[in-house]
Amino acid sequence: MTMPFYVSPEQLMKDRADFARKGIARGRSVVVLQYDDGILFATENPSRALHKISEIYDRIAFAAVGKYNEFENLRVAGVRYADLRGYSYDRADVTARGLANAYAQTLGTVFTTESKPLEVELVVAEVGATPDADQVYRLSYDGSVADERGHVVMGGQAEQLGKRLGDGWREGLTLAEALALATTTLGAVGTDGQLLAEGAERDIDGAQLEVAVLDRARPRRAFRRLQGAALAAVREVEA
Amino acid sequence: MSDAGRLGDAFLRPGSSSFLDFLKDHAPELLPGRVDAAGGAALAPHATTIVALTFEGGVVMAGDRRATAGTMIASREIEKVFPADDYSAIGISGAAGIGVDLAKLFQLELEHYEKIEGSLLSLDGKANRLATLLRANLPLAIQGFVVVPLFAGYDLDRGTGRIFSYDATGGRYEEHEHHGTGSGSIFARGALKKLWTPGMDEAQAVRVAVEALYDAADDDSATGGPDPVRRIWPVVATVTALGYQRVAEDELAAVVGALVTARTEGRRLA
Repeated sequence: MTMPFYVSPEQLMKDRADFARKGIARGRSVVVLQYDDGILFATENPSRALHKISEIYDRIAFAAVGKYNEFENLRVAGVRYADLRGYSYDRADVTARGLANAYAQTLGTVFTTESKPLEVELVVAEVGATPDADQVYRLSYDGSVADERGHVVMGGQAEQLGKRLGDGWREGLTLAEALALATTTLGAVGTDGQLLAEGAERDIDGAQLEVAVLDRARPRRAFRRLQGAALAAVREVEA
Repeated sequence: MSDAGRLGDAFLRPGSSSFLDFLKDHAPELLPGRVDAAGGAALAPHATTIVALTFEGGVVMAGDRRATAGTMIASREIEKVFPADDYSAIGISGAAGIGVDLAKLFQLELEHYEKIEGSLLSLDGKANRLATLLRANLPLAIQGFVVVPLFAGYDLDRGTGRIFSYDATGGRYEEHEHHGTGSGSIFARGALKKLWTPGMDEAQAVRVAVEALYDAADDDSATGGPDPVRRIWPVVATVTALGYQRVAEDELAAVVGALVTARTEGRRLA
């Protein structure tokens, strides 16, 4: 009888975490930040069809970085979860907290029981009636959940970008200010993936940006993509 | 769901973008059409007249506000016209409770597809999904809970309004110019036939829709007329390139006011 190699649980978990982290860090970042009339999501994404940001339910949106097929699967599961819950109870009973918990359980189970962890990081956000009632949850590959205030960066160079975003963020930003801050933050990473110095950020073309908002003022379905002329209009306000 | 809190396999399994298909696999007990309600049909309130007509650049759908259970008025302010999505409307006549559920499920079906696929279904695609939904309801329809919807929308590809009618088995028929369903529709359709003209604008079309419902209420006891005492007006919605819009109450009050004045001055007795 052959004996299996012994690997300590600590080592096993560490290896898995390193593996997942590496996968996530390869991709472009996603920025999520609150502004006075809602929550803004932005990322550099040349694809028109493969989204990293999408609508889950009336007031809830989803943003992800990492492996596309893995987070796409989680996104679809989230839409099914939300639609089923809203259909069997009421639309008001679908909350970001419930969804974040379901995602956390799913990510956690995969991390501990399956041979490969999911190489994804997610944000689930719900826009409330006031900025104080907004909820932003950040979920990691191992199922850990953080309740975020104000701003989040996920993906490559997340730590450094998060610090820069934090320096520029304040309460009550307008949409145009928030978008300008988000694009500067995204532009702080060069095309080669290296961090650029402050003030030397790349200017990202509108066609390369995927931007969406959860607009507090919209009745029922708050999610709205900003693209083409609508995106250009918001960007011009700041210029 | 077996393991608590976790998104079960059914949620994570790759599959179709239809919410209906998901329900069939995962929670069939929530589908309409699965219950045995023999003999209950007589107790169910019924919704009546819905009309739809096209105009230059869109389509109008309107429904009266009455639901009846036998000879009783079950509700004076039921709503039978709903937005199906941004560019279409659904009206229901027949068994009211099931019809409202069906409209709700249909809204969800379209929204679910839109979220999963990131694009809208074509108008024909939407009309076909409604036919599938009705077919799923067939067991209840056979027991007397017949729901006859009317579907109308703005076709973004063709740039026109289109109308679809259905039978209880899911048969789908495209209608031209105008159509009506429900017990008062015989009278409403007569009015539509006389009043509809090509190239009408939105305001004219709203007036014609209200007039058709007024005539239906005049001759069909199950259709409610406008109620100026309680200030209850029909639900009238337009669908154009700008999307689904419900006509405001005060606007309808003015349309009804003008209509009643015209008929009073015309000294019409029959």
